[in-house]
Amino acid sequence: MKRINFLDSTFRNVCLICTGVCGAITVALVVQLSSASSEAWHTFGWGLLLSTEWDPVTNVYGALPAIIGTLLTTGLALFIALPLAFLCALQLVEAPPALSKILSHGIDLLAAIPSVIYGMWGLFILCPLLQEAFWLLEIDTNGFGVLAASLILALMILPYICAVMRDVLKMTPALLKEAAMGVGCTPWECARDIFLRHGAKALLGGIFIGLGRALGETMAVLFVVGNIIEIPSNLLEGCTTISATLANNFAEAEGLQQSVLFALGLILLLMTFGIQVLAHCYLRKTAQMKG
Amino acid sequence: MKTSLILAATLLAASSYAERLTLNGAGASFPAPVYQQWTYAYTADELGAAINYQSVGSGAGINQIKAGTIDFAGSDAPLTPPQCDESGLVQIPMLTGAVVPIVNLPRLKDAQLKLSNATLSAIFLGEITNWNDPRIAAENPDVKLPKTLPITVVHRSDSSGTTNIFTSYLANVSTKWKEKIGAGSNVKWPVGIGGQKNPGVCNTVSRIRGAIGYTEYTYALEAQLATVQLCDAQGKYHTAQAPFWPILGTTYILFRKDMDTERCEALKAYLRWCFKKGDSQAITLHYTPLPEPVKAQVLRDVLK
Repeated sequence: MKRINFLDSTFRNVCLICTGVCGAITVALVVQLSSASSEAWHTFGWGLLLSTEWDPVTNVYGALPAIIGTLLTTGLALFIALPLAFLCALQLVEAPPALSKILSHGIDLLAAIPSVIYGMWGLFILCPLLQEAFWLLEIDTNGFGVLAASLILALMILPYICAVMRDVLKMTPALLKEAAMGVGCTPWECARDIFLRHGAKALLGGIFIGLGRALGETMAVLFVVGNIIEIPSNLLEGCTTISATLANNFAEAEGLQQSVLFALGLILLLMTFGIQVLAHCYLRKTAQMKG
Repeated sequence: MKTSLILAATLLAASSYAERLTLNGAGASFPAPVYQQWTYAYTADELGAAINYQSVGSGAGINQIKAGTIDFAGSDAPLTPPQCDESGLVQIPMLTGAVVPIVNLPRLKDAQLKLSNATLSAIFLGEITNWNDPRIAAENPDVKLPKTLPITVVHRSDSSGTTNIFTSYLANVSTKWKEKIGAGSNVKWPVGIGGQKNPGVCNTVSRIRGAIGYTEYTYALEAQLATVQLCDAQGKYHTAQAPFWPILGTTYILFRKDMDTERCEALKAYLRWCFKKGDSQAITLHYTPLPEPVKAQVLRDVLK
């Protein structure tokens, strides 16, 4: 009896330590990023967030192009991926079980592809393809830019969003569906009036999952985004994202530039943290609704 | 008996392997092809230390040698003597290499397109935006240029010694470039898109029709991209193979003064070997070895 008590308490303590360490690391990360970026905040103040200037020769930096680039690519990726993911999820729920299983594995496989592979595919296939396609429309572009990055991101977040939506759609009460069929609804009407209504809730969940993944994505974006620190005037122009800017410059940066990059890291961390908080609020709200 | 002999031999081999010193270097990607050839040949040639070289970029190399995580660093942008003293570093020149503009135009052969310095800087400043520009056509009466094809400038997205060499050249030949952009490892590019490191720029140029970029010569050859002819001060055009190619950069090795004696001796032995026996490999890869007097001076003053 004593022995079991001892094991119990040891286990509890080990768990406590593990959780504590994880929490402490998160806090330490924020502290570290804040202190390392203090020089940048001190030099540029809030202007760092609002300035579009990025000139390493004269040591003047602004974070706005990278922030806008991040939001733009992520937003457009969601815009492309959400409807696709919803249709995929609907198909997976409605298809015959055998087919649904194969398709489901196929979509899950998309999530297993390393992001650098997506990047290479983007560089070697997608960008030249976009260039050719837009030339047919007599639009001059080199293929690299916001649109290419968003397309790649959309493909990357699709399986995650699809998985969330599939699970929500599966929870549609069978009774509702059968009742709809019973009163003579066609499959389309059933999908529109039952699944779509019910699945609207899944939309928000999908958005949060996709946002979290797309915001910090580095490698795939780096290859195709064009890496120019400017605010793009249209979707075919190159831009940069926070994570791409960090990956491009961090290894070689020193002094003020390094501090600015730490500040960018802090901004990205706060952005993802904000999305986490929103997602938690959303989850709590839906739990109450179900409860 | 036989087994024990084999065992002894294996142990001996293992122990001699373990005793071999490994020196780690990192830095510029510009001379990396030569360094990799050299370490390979050196290991085969002499029973010296095993050498490792990672091409992570000049700035990263300097940051790492300052932090003391590597034994030597390669850099294309030299530190000033006070900077060296401040960080306790020794800097020696190793090689010179060519930086070449590379272009991707349909049916264009290597070293066929001629660009004057004014045209080259105008392209990189974004003043010439299409390959049908009369200024390009005037310099290339015998080249069939596209009727219309936008120019996409490709530059390095990371901080780079190659960029330093190239922008220093542009600043040298164009006052406008000097005033508006300046020279440095990372500058505010007026136009174009960025690729990662030398291979990234080559890949991006080879994927975009109408692209122009710049890279170290060996990388251009490996990627089979068309280089251009550039003009010297007398108005004479040169190909990148010629000895009078105008965009040249010297690359340097840095190591710490407070380095462990044994490791330092091993590194010096390797560098002496590079100076004495490395020229043929460097020339095969289209780099230019240092002039003999410079080598002699480095050997006498630093690597004695």
